[in-house]
Amino acid sequence: MNTPALKDWPLWEVFVRSKQGLEHKHCGSLHAADAAQALHMARDVYTRRQEGVSIWVVPSVAITASNPDDKGELFDPAADKIYRHPTFYEIPEEVGHM
Amino acid sequence: MSTPIDYLLHLADNAVVLGQRNAEWCGHGPILEEDMALANVSLDLIGQARLLYQRAAELKGGDATEDKLAYFRGPHEFRNYTLLELPHHGALVGYAAADRDYATTIVRNFLYSALMVHVWDGLQQSADASLAAIAAKSLKETSYHLHHSRDWLVRMGDGTEESHARAQAAVNHLMPYTEEFWTTSPAEGAAVAAKIGIDVWALRPAWDALVNEALAEATLTRPNFHGYVTEGKIGLHSEHLSYLLGEMQGLARAHPGATW
Repeated sequence: MNTPALKDWPLWEVFVRSKQGLEHKHCGSLHAADAAQALHMARDVYTRRQEGVSIWVVPSVAITASNPDDKGELFDPAADKIYRHPTFYEIPEEVGHM
Repeated sequence: MSTPIDYLLHLADNAVVLGQRNAEWCGHGPILEEDMALANVSLDLIGQARLLYQRAAELKGGDATEDKLAYFRGPHEFRNYTLLELPHHGALVGYAAADRDYATTIVRNFLYSALMVHVWDGLQQSADASLAAIAAKSLKETSYHLHHSRDWLVRMGDGTEESHARAQAAVNHLMPYTEEFWTTSPAEGAAVAAKIGIDVWALRPAWDALVNEALAEATLTRPNFHGYVTEGKIGLHSEHLSYLLGEMQGLARAHPGATW
């Protein structure tokens, strides 16, 4: 095992699936030497209050993020297209929560 | 005295003393994540101690309570392994907090949890149903403590020159204290006879295998033992326990019966 020095520990994004939730939700980030250690540390930092039943850790560098400066062209064009929300339909009672 | 109560106190004192020791890192951990990990370990141990003290108080009857057992007994009445009361550094270092050595912390947690996973596993079959239930709960916690400390042991041993040297020094310092595991105290003997406790001696091959395998993976050497076998579990402690208890018990003794 070749653990990098503390200052070189990469950043990891932590995703936790709660008991109620179906999907993993991003809950924070931490520094760790490798994936196994990141998982351990995520357990200690983010699941102390029984928050989770499953943890994912992802190297932060693996995430490609949109540029905040592009939010105009990326997101504003959707603003006047309210018909894309299914709010104009009558949902039958028996369907329940959607 | 060699009643089941003494055996419960031995288990409880082990947990509370190591819990208190590890809690010294709270707010001083090498990194935030480890700070929280160690605090989690401490809280697990203190939780185990509470359940064991509660059971002991129940058997003792009268006005015995978990708090009285934890806070109003002196060092000579504590039945923990000497290993667990030692400070977080080698034998010849000053007592200052700045001298705390994480390798010592990790090696001790490893050596102890490598024993306790087997002890709790066996105690699930204890004739005392309460102790069996405590064992089942503690086994899960201790499995994580073992996982955590073994992981760091390997990282340190098989890490840099500095971390290897520190881990080896901690192993050399602490390993002799584990000899105390394998002697049988009157309380242990009586508990085994009553099928309440388990024979720790029989766990030695499993402990040896666990320890040897981890040390080999960590590229560390197991020192040969010779010399004095500590006797903390019959109440003969090192100088360090008094200071630890002084800190732990001071508040409860200054304000007896205080609640918050």
